[in-house]
Amino acid sequence: MSDELRELYQEVILDHGKHPRNFHACDDATNEARGNNPLCGDQLVIYLTLGADGKIVDASFLGKGCAISMASASMMTELLKGRTPAQAQAMFDAFHGMCTGDENAPELQEDLEKLRVLSGVRDFPTRVKCATLPWHTMVAALEGEAEISTE
Amino acid sequence: MTSTESVAVNPAFDVAAVRRDFPILSTTMHGKPLVFLDSAASAQKPRQVIDAVRDVYEREYANVHRGLYAISEAVTARYEGTRETIRAYINAAHAHEIVFTRNATESINLVAYTFGRHFLSEGDEVLISGLEHHSNIVPWQMLRDEKGIVLKVVPVSDDGELMVSAFDEMLGERTKLVAMAHMSNVLGTVLPVAEITRKAHAAGAKVLLDGCQAVTHIPVDMQALGCDFYVFSGHKLYGPSGIGVLYGREELLDAMPPFMGGGDMISSVTFEKSTWARLPHKFEAGTPAIAQAIGLGAAIDYVNSVGLSAIGVHEADLLNYATQQLASVEGLRIIGTAPDKASVVSFVLNYAHPHDIATIIDRAGVAVRAGHHCAKPLMDRMDVPATVRASIGMYNMRADIDALVGALGEVQELFG
Repeated sequence: MSDELRELYQEVILDHGKHPRNFHACDDATNEARGNNPLCGDQLVIYLTLGADGKIVDASFLGKGCAISMASASMMTELLKGRTPAQAQAMFDAFHGMCTGDENAPELQEDLEKLRVLSGVRDFPTRVKCATLPWHTMVAALEGEAEISTE
Repeated sequence: MTSTESVAVNPAFDVAAVRRDFPILSTTMHGKPLVFLDSAASAQKPRQVIDAVRDVYEREYANVHRGLYAISEAVTARYEGTRETIRAYINAAHAHEIVFTRNATESINLVAYTFGRHFLSEGDEVLISGLEHHSNIVPWQMLRDEKGIVLKVVPVSDDGELMVSAFDEMLGERTKLVAMAHMSNVLGTVLPVAEITRKAHAAGAKVLLDGCQAVTHIPVDMQALGCDFYVFSGHKLYGPSGIGVLYGREELLDAMPPFMGGGDMISSVTFEKSTWARLPHKFEAGTPAIAQAIGLGAAIDYVNSVGLSAIGVHEADLLNYATQQLASVEGLRIIGTAPDKASVVSFVLNYAHPHDIATIIDRAGVAVRAGHHCAKPLMDRMDVPATVRASIGMYNMRADIDALVGALGEVQELFG
């Protein structure tokens, strides 16, 4: 098996893919969006609950997808709690930049280092959208859009 | 090579010789010999097709139907000669019943926009099946929204067979068109299209068959089938992309209004009024895909030279072998188990998503399709988000199936 494959499918990703965290609907969510990848048919819903102080107090998701998209959504929901929408947007920018290999994008902050396990998708252009779909959906939820789709 | 048994059942077919005609099969992917199992998406091209296209551009390229000089006349003759090649291949009554389009999708849209708009009205019913490709769903939904026709879907069984008893019940006096795949691009199911056509005609409905998959594996005969429209794409039949075919019965094509307006489809034009050219040019506005059409002719010549029935026997043997070998993979479930199947095997693993499977086996040089295969309603029906699809062309061999099964071992290593 190639090193690139082992890099892509690290233990952490396989674990999150098989046992996604925060994998449930949320009736109290203040923000919710559905993400579709029409190319592959992957679908997920992101649920965010914003507190009175405007910070994200809860984040969860439901959906069907590959190990990469499940792991990405799982890790994202773990990291969103306690952050403001502006901080979540900054997380998106850094994560998106890492996945696409965009040198102008901001670096991942120290407390987001664990997301670096997903950087292997850079070597798999057809899989970048698997990793970024949950993140696009999260931004859509924050912006009050009900549905987004990546192509 | 592990094709010994294949040779035994099919002495007329020499897969090694066929493979030598397809230059791409001697290339590598990620440093591994290319194992191409995605012919249902688009087939590879034999040297004969590549040469024919190059020959047009190098020796006698000009626009067709216009030039009053030798190379235009020559290329027009080759272009129109392809129409006759296609006519013979599907046993249509007349070459002018063969209309060139860009692909099967455009062919179906042509029928929806002309036959559909002109002859169907509110409350008329169009019957499709539950296993259709999006290209045989969406044009009818668009027509429904525009004209108020009723779109009905004949269900498929758990095995992926058309439920003929449901079809019998749904077919009624309001049914004006039955539009169905000859063969499923996802499951490989071959539909009982002769029976469907006979029953639809008895009920007074017209029949359109999507032959994209079937036409590369099964002899199709317009006179025996009796359908009204038959569509397919060139690129799945070992020809170039950008060229497709609509077969339509002469009296229907004559009665239908044109699809697009422009050059080549007119008889006369003034600013007050235009009149239409005769068949098939009425439906071929603008400069066509000239070299691609000629390439398709070369592809059909090639299929004929190998022999479609010998190809069919070879592919059936491989499908059996693939089904057996895949069934032995732990946690693998084949989606689509109809008794009458051809050249396609879709499957899922209970421990890995189809996309992850495709990515992993890609690195082993194995090309398959993973996803919904442009048939999302069928995915919903079979209750899977996606499948891995291995599809077989005339150039595949048992070693390709062995490579697929071997590569699935790597998936199990990571995910199992």
